[in-house]
Amino acid sequence: MLRATLKSLLARKVRLLLSGLAVVLGVMFVSGAFVLTDTLGRSFDAVFADAYEGIDVNVAGKPKVALGEMQGEQVAATVPAATVQRVREVAGVAEATGVVNTDGAQLIGGNGKVVTSFGPPQLGANWRGESDLVKLREGREPRADDEIVVNAALAQAGKVKVGDRVGVLTPLTPKQTFTLVGIFGYSGDRDSIGGVNEIAFTTPVAQRLLLGERDVFTNVTVRAAPGVGDATLRDDVARTLGDGFEVKTGAQLSADASASLKEGLSFFNKILLGFAAVALLVGTFLILNTFSIIVAQRTRELALMRAIGASGRQIIGSVVLEAVAIGLIASVLGLGAGIGIGALLAYVFGNLAGGLTLAGIGVPASAVIGSFAVGLLITVVAALLPALRAARIPPIAAMQDVANPDRPLTRVTVTGGVITGIGAVLLFLGLSGNAGDNALPVILGGVLFAFIGVALLTPLISRPVVSLLGAVFAWSVPGKLGRLNSGRNPRRTAITAAALMVGIALVTGVTVILDSAKGSIGALAQDTIKAELVISGASTGPRPASFDPAVLTKVAALPGVQMADGEYGDMGMVDGKVTWLAASSDVTALQRIFGAKTTAGDISRLGPDQMLFSSDSARSRNISVGSTVTVQASRGEPRTYTVSGIYESSELTSPVQLPPQAVKDFAIPKPNQGFIQLAPGTRVADVQPQVEALLADSPEVSVADRDAFIEQQTGSLDSLLTMIQILLALAIVIAVLGIVNTLALSVLERTRELGLLRAIGLRRAQTMRMITVEAVVISVFGALLGIVVGVGLGAAVVRALKDDGITDLILPWGQMGLFLLLAAVIGVVAAVLPAVRAARINVLGAIAHD
Amino acid sequence: MTATVGRHAQAAARANDVWKVYGTGEAQVAALRGVSAEFERGRFTAIMGPSGSGKSTLMHCLAGLDSVSRGTVQIGDTTVTGLGDSGLTKLRRDKVGFIFQQFNLLPTLTAQENILLPMSIAGRKPDPAWYDTVIDTVGLRDRLGHRPSQLSGGQQQRVACARALVARPEVIFADEPTGNLDSRSGAEVLNFLRNSVREHGQTIVMVTHDPTAAAYADRVVFLADGQIVSELIEPTADTVLDTMKKLDTPVEVAG
Ligand SMILES: Nc1ncnc2c1ncn2[C@@H]1O[C@H](COP(=O)(O)OP(=O)(O)O)[C@@H](O)[C@H]1O
Ligand SMILES: [Mg+2]
Repeated sequence: MLRATLKSLLARKVRLLLSGLAVVLGVMFVSGAFVLTDTLGRSFDAVFADAYEGIDVNVAGKPKVALGEMQGEQVAATVPAATVQRVREVAGVAEATGVVNTDGAQLIGGNGKVVTSFGPPQLGANWRGESDLVKLREGREPRADDEIVVNAALAQAGKVKVGDRVGVLTPLTPKQTFTLVGIFGYSGDRDSIGGVNEIAFTTPVAQRLLLGERDVFTNVTVRAAPGVGDATLRDDVARTLGDGFEVKTGAQLSADASASLKEGLSFFNKILLGFAAVALLVGTFLILNTFSIIVAQRTRELALMRAIGASGRQIIGSVVLEAVAIGLIASVLGLGAGIGIGALLAYVFGNLAGGLTLAGIGVPASAVIGSFAVGLLITVVAALLPALRAARIPPIAAMQDVANPDRPLTRVTVTGGVITGIGAVLLFLGLSGNAGDNALPVILGGVLFAFIGVALLTPLISRPVVSLLGAVFAWSVPGKLGRLNSGRNPRRTAITAAALMVGIALVTGVTVILDSAKGSIGALAQDTIKAELVISGASTGPRPASFDPAVLTKVAALPGVQMADGEYGDMGMVDGKVTWLAASSDVTALQRIFGAKTTAGDISRLGPDQMLFSSDSARSRNISVGSTVTVQASRGEPRTYTVSGIYESSELTSPVQLPPQAVKDFAIPKPNQGFIQLAPGTRVADVQPQVEALLADSPEVSVADRDAFIEQQTGSLDSLLTMIQILLALAIVIAVLGIVNTLALSVLERTRELGLLRAIGLRRAQTMRMITVEAVVISVFGALLGIVVGVGLGAAVVRALKDDGITDLILPWGQMGLFLLLAAVIGVVAAVLPAVRAARINVLGAIAHD
Repeated sequence: MTATVGRHAQAAARANDVWKVYGTGEAQVAALRGVSAEFERGRFTAIMGPSGSGKSTLMHCLAGLDSVSRGTVQIGDTTVTGLGDSGLTKLRRDKVGFIFQQFNLLPTLTAQENILLPMSIAGRKPDPAWYDTVIDTVGLRDRLGHRPSQLSGGQQQRVACARALVARPEVIFADEPTGNLDSRSGAEVLNFLRNSVREHGQTIVMVTHDPTAAAYADRVVFLADGQIVSELIEPTADTVLDTMKKLDTPVEVAG
C-alpha cells in the first residue's frame, strides 16, 4: 500500500510540486520572519551588550509620564548633579559619571540638509572623555561652548570635517552653530555602534540644549569597585537614593534596550506572518483543488484498489500520505528559501539602519518547527476533503466509464451559506466594538470565514456568471468550447477562482478603506482648515519634525499675513490618564483656523491657568466648565488648571487644549506645524517665498499651500497602500499558479477529447484559444468575486470607522477596472503552458489512449 | 433450481431470489428479476446472455460490489446482503478475487507489484510456493518487472488473473476477461483459468457473451431479460450457440 502510494506520487510529481509551490511560498514567509527577527534580535543584543559594557549600574529618573509601547517615546526625568555626588559616596562605587544623552540631536550636513536616520537614534551627549569604548580619531575634545565632536559615522554621512562650522538641531532648541573640533570612533575601529549617530557637547551645553536645565543629567553610570557585585551595588544605590529613580545593572539596561527594539521587530514579524497566512490560505485552496482533481482522475484506480480489498481507511491513508510527502518537501524547500529571504532582509535592514553589525544568521527552532507545522498542517488539512471523497468511491466505479457524475451542490451551498453567515456575524461583532479586546482576532476570523464561505458558495454562482462571462467569447467555436469547459466542473472552476478571489478581495478591501480614509480626511481638511499656507514636515525618526517658534512671530509680521499659529503637542497625563496634550501659540486658532464651535464656556481666550476640553473627552471624564484638573506634561512638575471652555469634538481638534505657557514642559517645546492665514486679497505666491526664507534654519519643515499640505498628510496612506499591494500581489501570483495547475490537470484529463477535436479538424491555434478562453473566464470570474467581496469587506470597515472620521465611502473604480483587466491578462498568461501542451497532443495517441 | 438444494455446503456463491431494480418511477429498470443460482466449489461457471440481459449486474451483486433490491447473496458461509463497508472490505480481502474486462492494473506499479497488491493491502505475505506456481502457470516470470504499458493486452489480463489467484480466494469473478483480447490471447487466458480450476480447485464465475469462451467452462448459466432461462453442463461452443439462438427471440421483444 505504501509503495503503491509513493509510486503514484512519483508519477504525478510535477503537478503536485506546482501546487506544493504555494505551500513553499507560505512556509518561506513563516521561516523568513523567524530567521529575520532572530538574527536582528541577536544583533541588537550584541550591540547593546557592547554599548553598555562599561556600565555596572545605571541610575535614571523615573519618567513623569509612563507610556505604553505604542504610545510614543517616554521622557525620563532628569537626575540633579547633587544625586551624582550621592551615588559617588555609596560604598562599593569606584566611579560615578553624570551622563547627558538624548535622542534627537540632528546635524545639518555640509549640503545644508539634516542628516537623517532610519531607526537608530541620533544621540546628543556630553563629552565624558575617552574610554575603553570611545576613542578620538582626529582633532581634540570640545572645550568651549561652541565646540562639538561627532562620531565618524555621522561625520561621513554629513560630509563634515574637523574645523567646519556646522548647524545642530535638538528637540528643545532651534538651529545652533558650532565648530567641529574632533571626530571619534569606538573600540574595534568602528565608526558607529549599531548605526547610531552621535554628537557630543561640553557638559553645560549638553545640559542646556538637550535637557533645558542646568546641573542635571539624564542618568548616572556607575563602575563598581573590584569585588563588588553589580546586583548588590544596584540594591545599595537604590536604597541610598530612595524612590523616584530607576536603578538597573548594565546587563538589565542592555536587555531592556534590546527588548524595546525587539518589540518593534515583533510587529514587523506579525506583518510577515500575516502575509504568510494569506499565502497559505490561497495555498490551501490550491492543494484542495489539486487533490480533488487527482482523486477524480484516479477514480478507477482507487475503485480497483477497493475492489481488490483496500479499506476506505487505507484509501484515506494513501491520499493523506501523499499530502504528507508533499507537505514535507514543501516545508523543507520553504524553510530553505525562508532562511535565504530572512538573511537577505536582515542584511538590507542592517544596511538601512546605518551598518548594524549582524550577528551570524540564526535558524531558531521556532523557524524549523513553524515551517514544518504549517507546511504539513496546511497540506494535510487541504487534502482531507478529497481523501474522504476518495474513500467514498464505490469499488464498482472501476467498471464504469463515466466516473464522476455531477453531484448536487445543495450541501456545499448550505454549508457555504452558514459559514458566510458566521463570518458576517464575527465581522459585525468585531467591527461594532462588541468584541472588546478581541476585536482584531474576531475581525480576522470573520474575514477568514467569509472567504471560506464565499468559496463554498462559488460553485453555485459560477454556473450563471461563468456562462455570462463566457458569452463574450462565444462568437467562435474554440471560444464556445472554452466557455463550456469552464462551466463544466463548477467546483473546480470555483475553487480555482476562489484562490484568486482571496488576493484580489484583500487588495480591493484595503484600497477601499485607505481611499475612503484619504478622501474623508482630505474633504474634512479642505472644508475646515482656514489657512492658506501650512508649515510642516515629515518626521525622520521617532519624533515629529519641528521648527523654531521665532519664525512664527516673523511670519505674523509679514505684510498680508493675518494670523500665524504654531501647533504644539505632547503625550502627557490629565488626572492620571495618558492624553494627547495640544497647545496653540495663538489661542484663537482653534476657532479661526480649525472652525471649532463652542459647547460651553468661552473657547476664544485662555489664561495661563485655564484649559479647554473637547466635548467628547469632557463627557467621558465627566468634566464641566469650572472643573479643575491636574496635567503632567513630559517634563516639569504637575500643574492644576481650571476648565474654562468646552469645544465640539471634530477630527481636527485634540482632546484637550492647553495655554501656550504650557509648552515649555512638552517633550518638544517647538511647534510641529504652523498655520498661516492671509488677509483677503493677498496672493499665496507672494507670501510663500518669504516664509520659505524665514524657514532657512529649520530644515526639517517646509511651507506648502493647503492642497499640497493635504496631499502631504494623506501621502503616507498612499505609500502604505503600495506596500500592502506589493505584498498581496504574492497571493495573486500563487493564485495564478493555481489556474495553471487546474488547466494543466484538465488538459491531461481531456487528452482523449482533445485528440478527438483535433482529429475532426480543430487547428492547433484554435485548441490554444479554447484553453485560453477557459483560463480567462476563470480568472475574470475570480477577480469579479474578489472585487465584490473586497468592496463588501472594505465598506463594512469604513462603515464601522464612521465615528473615527471616515465618513465617505470611496470606491476605487479605476483600480477595480484595472484588476479585471489584470485578471484577463493573468488568464492569458496562465493558459500559455497548458495550451501549448494541449496543442501538442498527438491525435492518434490520444484516441488510442488507455 | 430445487435440484441444487442438496449441495448447499459445497456452494462457493449463491443467489436467492435476487432482484435488482435501477432507477425509480418511469425510468425504472429491473435488471434482475428473481434470480436464484448456486456456483459450486471447484468449478468454472460461465454466465451467458445477450447484451443487457443482466450478466454484469448479477456478477456485481454476487460479488458484493452492488447491493440487491430483494433477495440474498451468500459467498461461502457469509451472507453478503446487509454487510457494511468494513464487512464488504473484509469479504473482498478474504474471499473474492476480480478480473475485469479492462483497467485491471495500476499503471504505476510493475506486474509483480500489481500481483502482490491485494496481499500487501491486506497486510499478508503470499505463500512462496503457491506464488511460484501461479507465476509459472501464467508464464510471466520474465515480465515481472514490467509496467502494464509495457505489456500486451493478453499479458495484462494474465497478470490480472495471477493477482486474483495469488490470494486463493473462495471465488474469482471475471467480467468478460477476454472481451478486449484477440482470439489467441483470449484462449491463453481462458486456458489458464480452466487449469486453475482443474489443477488447483479454484472456483471461478465468468461473465461472457462469447460462446467460445463459455465453452471453456464446466457449466453455463443463461440469462435473458434478468432471469435465468437455461443451463448447460459440460458445454461446447456449438451447444452454447444453439442455446443462445433459442434465447434470441424473447430478448429482442424485451429489449
Ligand atoms: N447503473 C445502472 N443504472 C441504470 N440501469 C442500469 C445500470 N446498470 C445496468 N443497468 C441496466 O440493467 C440492465 C442490465 O445491465 P447489465 O447487467 O450491464 O447487462 P449485461 O452485462 O448483460 O450486458 C440493462 O438494461 C442496463 O441498461
Ligand atoms: Mg456487461
